Amino acid sequence: MDITRRGLFQIGGKLLVLASVGATLEQIVGAEAPSDAYKLADHWWGMLIDIDKCIGCGNCVRGCSKENQVPSGYFRTWVERYQVEEGKQPVVESPDGAMNGFAPLTRDDVKAFFVPKLCNHCADSPCVQVCPVGATFVSPDGVVLVDKEYCLGCRYCVQACPYGCRYLHPETKTVDKCTLCYHRITQGLTTACCENCPTQARQLVDFKNPQDPVHEFLRKNKVEVLKPYMATQAKVYYKNLDGSVR
Amino acid sequence: MIRPALVLLAAVGVFLLVRAAVVPKDFGRYGHYRPAALNLVRQHPVSYAGQVTCAMCHDEQVNARKAGKHAHVACEACHGPQAAHANDPSIVPKLPDVADLCRRCHEKDAAKPGWFPQVVTAEHSGGAKCNDCHQPHNPHL
Repeated sequence: MDITRRGLFQIGGKLLVLASVGATLEQIVGAEAPSDAYKLADHWWGMLIDIDKCIGCGNCVRGCSKENQVPSGYFRTWVERYQVEEGKQPVVESPDGAMNGFAPLTRDDVKAFFVPKLCNHCADSPCVQVCPVGATFVSPDGVVLVDKEYCLGCRYCVQACPYGCRYLHPETKTVDKCTLCYHRITQGLTTACCENCPTQARQLVDFKNPQDPVHEFLRKNKVEVLKPYMATQAKVYYKNLDGSVR
Repeated sequence: MIRPALVLLAAVGVFLLVRAAVVPKDFGRYGHYRPAALNLVRQHPVSYAGQVTCAMCHDEQVNARKAGKHAHVACEACHGPQAAHANDPSIVPKLPDVADLCRRCHEKDAAKPGWFPQVVTAEHSGGAKCNDCHQPHNPHL
């Protein structure tokens, strides 16, 4: 049989179309369902922080660092100490992220308090919006995560986060951040920072759990999120947060 | 007309074929990301075993703590991450150094809330170790 040049292209074209239809169909129907007792749709995670309970011990920072092998000099959570004086800019310190706590503050003529900080796990997160490759995302249970196999290390998200919660991991050169201890909370444990907090200043909460104490807490207390004007729908709620906190 | 249409069709075919090869099967199921990333994050090992696990064996300490002001302080907040010990009790954890441990929380600091018990350690104990007088699991004298 004679095969003309044109005939060859025609056959090739038909085969291509067939293969691509097959591939597309497989993509639609071939995805496997996750086999796990943990139901993504049943949770919506967040955190409560009670400023009046934080003693600035740095236990959360050390706990997070050990649990998540956070590289030295980088922090997924840290504690700031504010000294607020009338008519002056507030003095904010966080020596080594409060890894070893703080040197005692002796002057009592200023308003002073501690503010623990971490990723706010925003529902409408700027870091997710800027990622060009879909490497960072809000999981169906409300946790902002990074796919380290997809991350290019372009650092757009580091710049986009209004709360300074992201860093480039010095070894992997991909972006790293608080995972809200996703590996723990999905198996019924609390986060390392909450586990280690001696005064329960931090509480992991699940907004979708009707039994969670968060509902009563939000009903009975005056709470605020950091930088509410950024409209990021942050899910870390602070009780008795001072207006000077940025 | 037919010829450019066929070329276009072939181009679309090539695009779809390449796309199917490089984009993970379930990309986009929950959003613009790879659902497999969720499991990737979950694979991280646990270092802090958690309160419930500690209480399975150490009920004596848990009961001692219940009666005192440290009732709500988790074991690993002072004793450090003990998942390795929980998995293999033959790994014996080191006791924390009280000098450093107690001071981190109880050293007087004007930024600490007033309700929290604080002391200037240099004046308070005259150099004695905290646990010479206070039992860490129930620190009341």
